[in-house]
Amino acid sequence: MREMVIIIIGAVLINNIILSQFLGVCPFLGVSKKLSSAVGMGVAVTFVLTLASLITWLVQTFILELLEIEYLQTIAFILVIASLVQFVEMVMRKKTPDLYEALGVYLPLITTNCAVLGVAIINIQKSYGFGETLANSLGNALGFTLALVLFAGIRERLDFADVPQSLKGMPIALITAALMSIAFLGFTGLL
Amino acid sequence: MSLGKEFSKGILRENPLFRLTLGMCPSLAITTSVNNALGMGVAFTGVLLASNIVISALRKIIPESIRIPCYIVIIASFVTLTEMLMQAYLPELFASLGIFIPLIVVNCIILGRAEAFASKNTVVPSFMDGLGMGVGYTLALVIVSTFREVLGTGTFMGHVVFADSTYSALIMILPPGGFITLGCILGFLNLLQNRKVMKNRQATQLKLKQQVAHEVSSN
Repeated sequence: MREMVIIIIGAVLINNIILSQFLGVCPFLGVSKKLSSAVGMGVAVTFVLTLASLITWLVQTFILELLEIEYLQTIAFILVIASLVQFVEMVMRKKTPDLYEALGVYLPLITTNCAVLGVAIINIQKSYGFGETLANSLGNALGFTLALVLFAGIRERLDFADVPQSLKGMPIALITAALMSIAFLGFTGLL
Repeated sequence: MSLGKEFSKGILRENPLFRLTLGMCPSLAITTSVNNALGMGVAFTGVLLASNIVISALRKIIPESIRIPCYIVIIASFVTLTEMLMQAYLPELFASLGIFIPLIVVNCIILGRAEAFASKNTVVPSFMDGLGMGVGYTLALVIVSTFREVLGTGTFMGHVVFADSTYSALIMILPPGGFITLGCILGFLNLLQNRKVMKNRQATQLKLKQQVAHEVSSN
């Protein structure tokens, strides 16, 4: 249990998936213009990332390693993630239309979110067990949501700031992200 | 459009990283040294070329409704090939690029080119498009990594530039350095573009004034 807590804290604060591992930067910059959509994206990613990591771990352990075809990892994982996203979308539309209304637009974007595939591969590379995989992917997903929501909050205020003409939009967003990343460097000695 | 234009648009006008801001993750993560950036660029270009050729050749066979999964499988196969080749012949580079080689699969540039260009054009233009986009992306990666490596460690491709290591700013090769460098480069490009627009506007205004003055004087 103690180990799991350490893994989660490490993933959320110290090795934050966006600000220090650079996975999932595209949605981080793309969906952070409004706080509400950032929260929606964060919840959708948390759900899919955790589920996808667990399923890819099972696929790796009980199919790829048993048959000794680990070299098919990339193809197998991306197919699992793509079909999982499609499946979640279908179930959500049928069972919880309200939730689908709120998160539906973000779901197709998640397939090409490198955070999902990235965390799935990292779990295998670090040879985590099932419990550690759960902790690590949950931690990374929470870290993604945290960074995205904080960043969206800053960007909403940035709209009213007096920014030099040529830095408007993407450049100032990147520099803001750099400052956030420096702040997160401060967590390095936490554990 | 001529083939030369298909090639050159990816380098300047539609540069995937600087103009379209696609493929950000590797451009921030592996640009800590110029060697890494070059390796990533070459691997990326290879996958993009191969997938563009195959997808444009199969564009009439792939059914419309399941085209995205088909593209992903094609791209993933080439990424796996690249992965195996690098593991066999360039193990050091493979180790330092790490997870970002398999992640070429989800690089939005490749899927984007497949959807926007290769699925609608014949093989030769798609080849030129892939080559141009690949070279443009590689160039962009090399530019970003040059700033980061020279300022961060005082070396360029492993050769010493600043002998005195007290001048190296460690933060440039830490994660924040990636964001800062890319942000400053994008800002600088915007500045250049704004200047150009202003100059054009001033030139046309000047022309108008001269015209008016000419008409007044002739009357």
